Amino acid sequence: MKKFFLLSLLLAAFVGKLAAQDEVQVLPEIKVKALDGKTVSTADFANDGKPIIISFWATWCKPCILELNTIHEEYAEWVEESGVKVIAISIDDARNAPKVAPFVEGRGWEYEVYIDENSDLKRAMNVNNVPHTFLLNANKEIVWQHNSYSPGDEEELRELVKQLAETGKIDAKE
Amino acid sequence: MIQNITSKLTFRVAAAALMLFGGNLLGQKHVDLGEIHGNFEIDAQTYKADSLIGAPEFPEKIGNNSFMNLLYTRGKFESGVRFESYYPTLQGFTRERGAGIPYRYARYRNEKFDVTAGTFYEQFGSGMVLRAYEAWGLGFDNSLDGVRVKSEPVKGVYLTGLVGRQRNAYSNKVENLSEGIVRGFDAEWSINDSFDSLMTAKTRVKIGGSFVSRFQKDEDPVQIIPENVAAFAGRASINRSGFNLSGEYAYKYNDPSTVNNLIYKNGTGLLVQASYARKGLGVSAQVKRIDNMDFRSDRNGTFNNLTLNFLPPQTRQHSYRLPTLFPWATQPMGEWGMQAELSYNFKKDTWLGGAHGMNLSVNFSRINALSKTATLDPSDGYTSPFFPLMDSVLFQDINIELTKKFSSKFKATLSYLHFDYDQSLFHQLTGFNSSTDVSAEVQVLDMSYKLRKKHTLRMEFQHCYTKQEFGSWAMVLAEYTIAPHFFIAVFDEYNYGNAQVNKRLHYFSGLGGVNWNNYRFQIGYGRQRAGVLCVGGVCRVVPASNGISVAITGSF
Repeated sequence: MKKFFLLSLLLAAFVGKLAAQDEVQVLPEIKVKALDGKTVSTADFANDGKPIIISFWATWCKPCILELNTIHEEYAEWVEESGVKVIAISIDDARNAPKVAPFVEGRGWEYEVYIDENSDLKRAMNVNNVPHTFLLNANKEIVWQHNSYSPGDEEELRELVKQLAETGKIDAKE
Repeated sequence: MIQNITSKLTFRVAAAALMLFGGNLLGQKHVDLGEIHGNFEIDAQTYKADSLIGAPEFPEKIGNNSFMNLLYTRGKFESGVRFESYYPTLQGFTRERGAGIPYRYARYRNEKFDVTAGTFYEQFGSGMVLRAYEAWGLGFDNSLDGVRVKSEPVKGVYLTGLVGRQRNAYSNKVENLSEGIVRGFDAEWSINDSFDSLMTAKTRVKIGGSFVSRFQKDEDPVQIIPENVAAFAGRASINRSGFNLSGEYAYKYNDPSTVNNLIYKNGTGLLVQASYARKGLGVSAQVKRIDNMDFRSDRNGTFNNLTLNFLPPQTRQHSYRLPTLFPWATQPMGEWGMQAELSYNFKKDTWLGGAHGMNLSVNFSRINALSKTATLDPSDGYTSPFFPLMDSVLFQDINIELTKKFSSKFKATLSYLHFDYDQSLFHQLTGFNSSTDVSAEVQVLDMSYKLRKKHTLRMEFQHCYTKQEFGSWAMVLAEYTIAPHFFIAVFDEYNYGNAQVNKRLHYFSGLGGVNWNNYRFQIGYGRQRAGVLCVGGVCRVVPASNGISVAITGSF
């Protein structure tokens, strides 16, 4: 019985170790389109080792626009405190894709914006619905993600980004 | 005896575990087993017969559409499967009852090649000759099943070749693929990226071309129907400091089908788009001419089934509820569409901008019918001049929207929309029995107020005034959110202007839920009006229903 107990402990430790390894997901390598039509690989997404926020959105998605507008208002402060970069991935299809650049500029957004017209990145990152927001660390590993947006969500994200920039990790696993 | 066996077994398991665990610890060699990720969605709804809104008896009482994707990646290798289940299918979805794995693939990628075997999604150019995509919420999936090879042989040159059969949107089994075989090739050249000297040039130019062909046996006893149908498209775009001009022209050879009433006329599609954007200002304009461009992997396909191409609608995609009473989807048999849009940002600390700035967006869209003259030989169908009949407005939408932040706590959006449309085109879809043109005015006021940290109350007031179709509507919505986890909303749509007094009904709904990072649970109860639901240019008819709905989504 004692042996069995020990064995269980050992197994739990082993499985736990595997599971812990599985938690890490690295940003997949997918081609997306920049607003000037250039094809860009997500492998080239970079921010000098500082945090990156990837936000999936669409021109017809009200909560997405609300989220990006809200961050836009405080963006300068976010960048100052953590050096974060927001990359906004539009999932608009051929109907709305030509309107993305005027839409973004018309709102004065200072994000890097790409179009994922064939939803390749959306699928690779297992996004069900927009908005869906990811936080990446220096190794471009996903350390946090959140589906949907409610006003105030940005406060949690801002804290996490700050924490990530200062300590290299986040501990709020809620 | 038993004890002996157990202890022996325990010992063996322990030894094995130790070897694994210890080996891992001692060797410190990281064995790359790859990664498994995925996502799922469970949508369920209970149905209650409701004679007032015309919701019929549903014998199973509960409908359910669900899926789970599993994606395995390891280095250059990747594979995925999706299991879908419909026990039974939610009302309004045309999927058959049952479950299956309609999506499975393996993919290998290196610097030069990207090969997929199995199910895949793909789009050539703007999609006028080929677009295989998926929209879960609409029950739409026209993926291709076969082999696809992509390559970038020279920097800036992107080649795609594919062959396969298409998923029958109604089926959730891979065996029920389209009868037609689809072959396609696409090339795109981003000229700047091929030359170091042009890499950072201000002007960027891109050209591209596609070819798609479908083979389907002619089993018609009387007519000779082309077994191979080819379609071509050419495209170009030029981009310089905020200006963008792009165009695509598509051509399809004779393709008698159920949708075009077995005519041999060739099809054409033209799409031209121009836009200009700088900080605080964006303008765009688009025109489109479509003539006999319904293209499917099966000439007998109808409605949303087995469509091989996508004809982008030139109308604004609305997200508020009452404006979605008036959706538009491109008429593949012929239309002229035009659209213009402006976004402008009034800066902070200006007269109109106030302390926090204000955003204005204006959109105008208009769809006209083509002028058609029947030909002497009915199998040729018709002839039509290039320009449209200007007085034949099928759809028109003028809308203006103002978004303003008044303080750190209070934000509001005000919209005004005017619609004119010829609803006879939607008759076959909805069964509405009215022949008059619809003219409607819609106003929307959306206000959100932050009560305290993370607590927000949002209210929507919507009104639609019209004398035709269902008559006028009013709607109120209240939503309370506690970031980042909880939300609750109630709304009532009141069809107070219905010509039939007994149909002046309230469509009341309440819903709430929890967000847990990448997981979401939502439950709702209410009455849903029947109508056409269009997202992303694809429409489906949503039946009237009354009951509880549950949606669970997650990704891992």
